[in-house]
Amino acid sequence: MNEQAKKTQSFGETLHGFVQSFGLPRLIIAGFLLLLFVMAPVVGADFFTQLTNTVNRFSWNAVMVLAMVPMIHSGCGLNFGLPLGIISGLLGATIAIELGITGGLTFFAAILIATPFALVFGTFYGWLLNKIKGGEMMIATYVGFSSVSFMCMMWLLLPYHSPNMVWGLAGKGLRTTISLEGYYDKVLANFLQINIGNLSIPVGTLLFFAILAFLMWAFLHTKTGTAMTAVGSNPEFAKAAGVNVDKMRLLSVIMSTWLAAVGILVYEQGFGFVQLYMAPFNMALPAVSAILIGGATVNKASIPNVIIGTFLFQGIVTMTPTVMNSMIHMDMSEVIRVIASNGMILYALTRKTEATK
Amino acid sequence: MEKAKAPLLEMRNIKKDFFGNQVLNDINLTLQEGDVLGLCGENGAGKSTLMKILFGMDVIRETGGYSGDILLNGEKVNFSTPFEALEAGIGMVHQEFSLIPGFTATENIVLNREPMKKNVLSEIFSDRMNTLDRKEMSGIAENSIERMGFKIDQNMTISNMPVGHKQFTEIARELSKKQLRLLILDEPTAVLTEKEAEALLDSIRAMSAKGIAVVFITHRLHEILSVCNKVVVMRDGLVVSDVPAKDTTVEEITRWMVGRSVNAGSVNTDARDKKDAKTIMSIRKLWVDMPGEIVRNVNLDIKEGEILGIGGLAGQGKLGIPNGIMGLCDAGGTVEFDGEKIPLNSPRSCLDKNIAFVSEDRRGVGLLLGESLEWNVAFPAMQVQNKFLKSYLGGLIKWRDEKAIHEITQKYIDEFQIKCTSSRQDAKELSGGNQQKVCLAKAFALEPKFLFVSEPTRGIDVGAKSLVLEALKKFNRESGVTVVIISSELEELRQTCDRIAIVSGGKIAGILPATASSEDFGMLMISQVK
Repeated sequence: MNEQAKKTQSFGETLHGFVQSFGLPRLIIAGFLLLLFVMAPVVGADFFTQLTNTVNRFSWNAVMVLAMVPMIHSGCGLNFGLPLGIISGLLGATIAIELGITGGLTFFAAILIATPFALVFGTFYGWLLNKIKGGEMMIATYVGFSSVSFMCMMWLLLPYHSPNMVWGLAGKGLRTTISLEGYYDKVLANFLQINIGNLSIPVGTLLFFAILAFLMWAFLHTKTGTAMTAVGSNPEFAKAAGVNVDKMRLLSVIMSTWLAAVGILVYEQGFGFVQLYMAPFNMALPAVSAILIGGATVNKASIPNVIIGTFLFQGIVTMTPTVMNSMIHMDMSEVIRVIASNGMILYALTRKTEATK
Repeated sequence: MEKAKAPLLEMRNIKKDFFGNQVLNDINLTLQEGDVLGLCGENGAGKSTLMKILFGMDVIRETGGYSGDILLNGEKVNFSTPFEALEAGIGMVHQEFSLIPGFTATENIVLNREPMKKNVLSEIFSDRMNTLDRKEMSGIAENSIERMGFKIDQNMTISNMPVGHKQFTEIARELSKKQLRLLILDEPTAVLTEKEAEALLDSIRAMSAKGIAVVFITHRLHEILSVCNKVVVMRDGLVVSDVPAKDTTVEEITRWMVGRSVNAGSVNTDARDKKDAKTIMSIRKLWVDMPGEIVRNVNLDIKEGEILGIGGLAGQGKLGIPNGIMGLCDAGGTVEFDGEKIPLNSPRSCLDKNIAFVSEDRRGVGLLLGESLEWNVAFPAMQVQNKFLKSYLGGLIKWRDEKAIHEITQKYIDEFQIKCTSSRQDAKELSGGNQQKVCLAKAFALEPKFLFVSEPTRGIDVGAKSLVLEALKKFNRESGVTVVIISSELEELRQTCDRIAIVSGGKIAGILPATASSEDFGMLMISQVK
């Protein structure tokens, strides 16, 4: 009998342990997402189309969520300054188009051109964050805001001439949305794409993310990556062990900024458009909430956190409007999208408090 | 009549485990009004956990609660928050301070129980608009400081106070609560100087006379004998003895605590005279700006292969010496190591010269609390000496060698008998003594030529203490490493070191062989106190 009791107890413990390690909130969200998937066919939305949408959106956004990882590891907190990196990416994209490069090659040219911008911006941003240790996230938010506003002016003033990008009548100043047709629209997504009925999987994009995620994972296993994690965990300890704390933080910020630049290019190739002006403004919060939902805390994050978080967040954001619309036969998609994604952020920010040491 | 009255506190069959690790097993305790109970035991014996249960701390509930009963005046209680415990008249002074650094002593003492003054706004709106009655506040604070019997400046902000005074502020805060019936003091004297500790013992006696029961946790056993009327010794989660204090001795308690006899108080029998050895480190005109431990002008020659002790009273600057040389605090002057000058304010250049440091601030500097023991042990050696790494592509990629890291950690876990569930356990889950052992392992893994060890035994128990000191001695003897131990406990230095330098007023007051008499050391300690 005793043995029996022990068994049940150990089962209860295992379950408890599982809930603890996976996190109750994540279980609830995963459950909700599962419910949405089950509901979809019931209310008349095609299951495979929905799954395709979710996977697509996952593939567009995953790299930007990955960009959160280095700064979390180095203790700089969540990168609310993601727009800065995004702007580097946008500069890369627009300059590549301006240079007259066409086809899929534009994508790689854009990454190449965006890199020096990301390095310079990242260095400045990292230098700034090293000056204000302890208040990184607040300053990061404003770095993001102000860089977006500054670029709103620059997009108009910079001497772009490509007729595909500038305003038709004036002949100067970039348009708010630029179509990527003829450039790198779906360049990754179409690579090795799998199509079965209504289900289509953008294997190329997923592979591209997988490569970056693998590189990040590998980096965190190297000497430098270990030092970065230690800096985030206890900067005093790292200093006493001879690590240059400021240098590690700077490196993490540069990495994060570069990943954001690549991330926006991946997003654009899936979405099919370059969005300028206020668009980068709305990119940071979803990425932040995604990684938090994935189980990361303010000073700990892993690749599985990125994958799970992005999938859950994008799944909910994609599925909720469709299922709801079908249920109540009214187009409320935008309203629901805003409620869902802002609700997520609110939830994600409450999670932040759990991250205390 | 008195006998028939239910005891103030009774704990019955208390059990508790952390992550499957049984830390308390069938604990039974009773406490009458005015009793002073001395609770002792090695680190990790379960003393702090037991007190946390009594005080209803969150960690207990978060880790699955406890089993057994707690009775207060014969009534069963189960506190789910410390507030309920406070309500019931239990006060606790923690090992770590829970004070607001920017507030004055007075403000901390009456925090959240401030006397209020009504004003126009609060009449209209609610009591939340009341203003603080500063005069009354300072009256309460003054009163409780007086009851405590040790004078502290009630208008000084906490951040400006020496540690000892912070401790007294905490005690005064507890004393200012009118309903206080039971006060728990968790290692209150660990940070106090001898004089302060004596004052604390006096105030404990005064409290006991007023009918307040005190649970007094400490590693300083003679304090227990001088102030307590009852001694409870714990070992590995069990109460091993529960006796009246007058019937026991320090030796007996020590034996109960460690389960074996410890030879305490003996002077290092194999102290060596290294006069002829070459000078490995020479320090000239060193100043260090370390808050509370300012070094003004230190000149010191350290001989190769010796164990040098640096002692002195708290606040005289002994801790500043290693922190300054290792680049953790601003410093100036010249330090030569092995004939070469070491640049100051640069931790890396010291580490590159094979000088290692075990910090006195275990939790702040010494450990990655949120990472595994493996990381803690291997990290400095990995960063400084490229150990535990596999190189690929001609050294371009330096990959962490998890296997080597695991092996080295396991080696030190066995060697130092570190109590843990595995080498992957987080450092924060270990008890103080075991954390200290991890810090040592971290330094040993660097295989240094020269080792600074700062307060290696602060806040750890007798068993771990002797293990740590023995390990240092063995390390010195077997590898020929020069070791400098900085400690406030002179007896320890005398047991371990060859020579002992005494710091007073930010300078070296003198260097004596370990065999010199305590009186001589005492004279040096106070020679230049400012």
